Amino acid sequence: MSRLDIKTPDRAQMVVEQLYHDMERRIAASPPGLCPVDMALNFLNLCHAQTCGKCVPCRVGLAQLSTLLTDVLDGRAKPRHMQIIADTARSIEETASCAIGQHAAQLVLNGLKGFADDYWEHINHHRCLGSLENPVPCVALCPAGVDIPGYIALIRAGRSADAVRLIRKDNPFPVACAYICEHPCEARCRRNMIDDAMNIRGLKRYAVDTAGDVPQPLCAEPTGKRVAIIGGGPGGLSAAYYLALMGHEVTVYEKRRQLGGMLRYGIPSYRFPREKLDREIDSILSLGITVHTQVDVGKDIPFEEVRRQYDSVYISIGAQTDKKTGIPGEESQGVISAVEMLREIGDNELPDFAGKRVVVIGGGNVAMDVTRSAVRLGAEKVTCVYRRRQVDMTAMPEEVEGAVAEGVELLTLVAPVRIEADEEGRAAALWVQPQMPGEIRSGRPAPKAADQPEVRVPADVIVVAIGQGIETRTFEHAGIPIHRGTIEALSDSTLNKADMAGVYAGGDCVTGPASAIKAIAAGKVAAANIDEYLGFRHEITVDVDIPDPDLSDRMPHGRVNTTEREAAERKHDFVCIECGLTEQGAMEESARCLRCDHFGYGIFKGGRKEKW
Amino acid sequence: MVKLTVNGVALEVPENTTLLEAAKLAGTPVPSLCYWKGLNEIGACRVCVVEVEGIDKLVTACNNPVQEGMVVHTNSPRVRSARRTNLRLILSQHDCQCAFCVRSGNCELQKMAMEANLLYIPYPIDIRKSQWDRSAPLIRQESKCIKCMRCIQVCDKIQSLNIWDVAGTGSRVSVNVSHNRTIREADCAFCGQCVTHCPTAALRERDDTEPVLDALADPEITTVVQVAPAVRVAWAEQFGLTPGPETTGRMVTALKRLGFDYVFDTNFGADLTIMEEGSEFVERFTHREDYAWPMFTSCCPGWVRFVKSNYPEFTDNLSTAKSPQQMFGAVAKSYFAEKIGVDPHKIKVISIMPCLAKKEEAALEPLRDACGDPDVDIVLTTREFVRMVRSDHIQVENLPESAFDSPLGTSTGAAVVFGATGGVMDAALRSAYYLITGRNPNADTFRAVRGMDNGTWKEAAFNIPGAGVVRVAVVSSLGRTRKLLEALRRGDVHYDFVEVMACPGGCAGGGGQPIVDGVEMAEYRGSALWELDKGERVRFSHENEDVRTLYRDYLEKPCGQRSHHLLHTDHHAWQMPPAPPRET
Repeated sequence: MSRLDIKTPDRAQMVVEQLYHDMERRIAASPPGLCPVDMALNFLNLCHAQTCGKCVPCRVGLAQLSTLLTDVLDGRAKPRHMQIIADTARSIEETASCAIGQHAAQLVLNGLKGFADDYWEHINHHRCLGSLENPVPCVALCPAGVDIPGYIALIRAGRSADAVRLIRKDNPFPVACAYICEHPCEARCRRNMIDDAMNIRGLKRYAVDTAGDVPQPLCAEPTGKRVAIIGGGPGGLSAAYYLALMGHEVTVYEKRRQLGGMLRYGIPSYRFPREKLDREIDSILSLGITVHTQVDVGKDIPFEEVRRQYDSVYISIGAQTDKKTGIPGEESQGVISAVEMLREIGDNELPDFAGKRVVVIGGGNVAMDVTRSAVRLGAEKVTCVYRRRQVDMTAMPEEVEGAVAEGVELLTLVAPVRIEADEEGRAAALWVQPQMPGEIRSGRPAPKAADQPEVRVPADVIVVAIGQGIETRTFEHAGIPIHRGTIEALSDSTLNKADMAGVYAGGDCVTGPASAIKAIAAGKVAAANIDEYLGFRHEITVDVDIPDPDLSDRMPHGRVNTTEREAAERKHDFVCIECGLTEQGAMEESARCLRCDHFGYGIFKGGRKEKW
Repeated sequence: MVKLTVNGVALEVPENTTLLEAAKLAGTPVPSLCYWKGLNEIGACRVCVVEVEGIDKLVTACNNPVQEGMVVHTNSPRVRSARRTNLRLILSQHDCQCAFCVRSGNCELQKMAMEANLLYIPYPIDIRKSQWDRSAPLIRQESKCIKCMRCIQVCDKIQSLNIWDVAGTGSRVSVNVSHNRTIREADCAFCGQCVTHCPTAALRERDDTEPVLDALADPEITTVVQVAPAVRVAWAEQFGLTPGPETTGRMVTALKRLGFDYVFDTNFGADLTIMEEGSEFVERFTHREDYAWPMFTSCCPGWVRFVKSNYPEFTDNLSTAKSPQQMFGAVAKSYFAEKIGVDPHKIKVISIMPCLAKKEEAALEPLRDACGDPDVDIVLTTREFVRMVRSDHIQVENLPESAFDSPLGTSTGAAVVFGATGGVMDAALRSAYYLITGRNPNADTFRAVRGMDNGTWKEAAFNIPGAGVVRVAVVSSLGRTRKLLEALRRGDVHYDFVEVMACPGGCAGGGGQPIVDGVEMAEYRGSALWELDKGERVRFSHENEDVRTLYRDYLEKPCGQRSHHLLHTDHHAWQMPPAPPRET
């Protein structure tokens, strides 16, 4: 026997490692609607399999918890079981020797609190509240419910124009979403179970890039009803689009010089080329929508006047105001807000950052947008200052990586303390206090001050990108219900107020800053409910037949990603960074789709909503 | 056309032919379990899998079309093994106590297990139970359910009631009443279509043969049996007989041999219904402004349940006339009881119906008009009747024919067609024409309302001299009925008289009829009813001699005081659970 051996995993261990990875992906692909008690039981059993068996609470306790949960699910449990489960779990949590037992018990305790209703339904009625409402994970997770398997099948069949027409049934912004959608659809893609999620946004981009000019469908017979849309962002224009298709006369009021909202005044053109945005908006307007730009409802024309002139009103003003850090020196010259900066860029008024040191405060997508724009505006050095760690940034990881590749400095774990100005009142530096990660609160560690002195970050320009607010004042005066800085609207976009019949609101101004696709979905919901309010029931549909799925085996195959232009080249211009999929890439990627609209639950409960 | 090879047999078949159909053409059909053509093509049971060369996984034959050049094997070692494994898995969760199962001998699972020559199941038997209200006319047994989902599909797609749904998730997935309701809390029409589409005994009617046997055994009790029109063309299917006048005669003999004292015909009640409903229509039609339009037939209890729960605002549009079953019961326990001098409390009226909803209708509190007891005591479905015949070992193929007893066994061609879609309308129009003009039309004048409807509903307009144009519509299946009611509600269509039957094709395809797996029998049985009508000497309800006598001696006139009491009802006198909000 040797004194020491090099550790080499044996074959079984290697296979188990692989199984762990497979399981991780599988959990990611859990469809929405599963019974949480059942999932808790199965996680608990996994935890129990990890026990070393030394200590009683973990070895025996987890087994008994598992039996109790099984009794609940099998309808054998009595009401007193809830207390036994809670007491046992708490005891395990308090007495287990290590994390294996402690955290397994915590998992059960969290569930008892988080989904008590589900437990009680099983105990009292032997029934389950879980149900698979939508059988297709990507469609279920797309806020607008776009027929994703349908358009992927069309792309695969070489029918990009039909793919665009199919998307427009649920989302009038296929091009915008092809470039900038946060693609929540990919999160639980069943393909994860085999290898990796589908590149859904990449395929959509391939479709819009290759579709050519796709004419819009004809509008329904004019109804004689007039609808005003306040705010011409993606949400407002989506509502306008569907209402126009339904035959209503639509007028959009936009405060800024141009339409597009955050698609123009928030997203830099290197992510979404401006001419593509213009063309998409023109296409939407081709339905015959009237537009008044540079009209601020509430200021230039009273809200009440708009209400009088129209049969219904949709408020989609977005979240356009900036938030302040509140640190001393914020009023210094050279301190600007991200909203302000991106707005100017949107109107093609590019600030000159040549030779300047730019410091950006924030870690979200907007912070990345201004950071990377600053690079392109010629800044000598761009530093992004963030209180937490890089992994805690809310910006999409690819955005952060892109920024770093373009030469941006990430200064993480520092909190802004004050802005130092020179004698003329111009910002000279940002003082920051080093931080360290503290306790985890709502999923992220809260930063706390580290025992280190403050650090001076020299700066000529400081951009504050710590969130946006909503301009609610004029609407509040008009009687629109406001709650915690957002307009209060129900899930059907109505305002819960008797004297506000016919007034609808949705998008960022209701939810707070979110995503384009959520605003689009809100616009779609509003359009349907406004149509109904006006006494109609127009159906939105499209006559595109979806190719049948083929029977070929879905062998594991790497996800085909889009690529980006070289950082050294792209950082000098505002030209689109991303290179779309090639035809070969799109064909191989689209072949990976598992067609959940057909296989599995889809063929039973309908993988497709043909109209709404 | 597509060329392919199945088990070495070269075939050329039309495009979109399924592998299942192709295999049948090749002479080696593939067994299937959950599949029902056009209704349930979801590939859930996975016993119809076949091997397609070039494709790694096995492929379900039921829902995949042939492709050019396919080489298919339906009995390869892999297929044999997979089919048996899946079958064994299903059996491991099925209550296989076939000896006392109503579907024994007519069970798809039993048949397939037999064909598969399974001698054992290597898995632990895991039979699940669930709670069910056994007083409901519709019984579900979890232990028999193989989760084929046909019940969900037929209720969703054909009946649009969505009573069934998948319940639970993961390993505990089952089928149950949707929205976590009990069957009594649900707006179920009790049409029974889920039962006739169930491959096993997971869904069945409440068996009421015991109380019938008790009544037959009781010397104090006079048993009166009535048989619905659609029963006579369906009951003998399982004895291998084709429907015709003889099956009616043999049915009467079988009932007599079972021991019923009087064997009568619901057709008598149907003729009576026409007299009442036809007169009611004439009254409404000539006093238009006093009534809600259109007038709806009320003889189908599934439809009445549907309209009361899903479209309550149309309840007043229902004819107040009772259904033939209930008219018969009321007359049997009044007029007939007097006639034979028997205390009506000592009479048991037993119905044989193609229907589950009739069981529920007979039990309704308000329908006790003759003597305070239920006008109809026990309702058996056609299937229960067949089971009684079986257990008495009556040799159906050798039975002589007999005629119905008199007087409540007399009927006309207009009555027998009540069992087919369009029949009530046709019969009502024949008599309404007479009531208005004083003369008979040709009995086939209204043929436009007959036969299966295609996709929507049938409509027609008839000019009745002296009254004007009568616009009528005929619809069967609740899904199509929903479409019709939505169109009426929107004001897209306007009718004067509408016949509705809850089951596709009418009672001929009723939920209480014999089960023929994978086949919709309504059209076949319905045409047999229309043939019976043609063969009848009398084809007008108002010419039924015994009905005339009943009016002359007892009721006086249609819609008169006594007939109003015995033969009409208040549809508001009982409640239905409201339909849950639905996406339209």
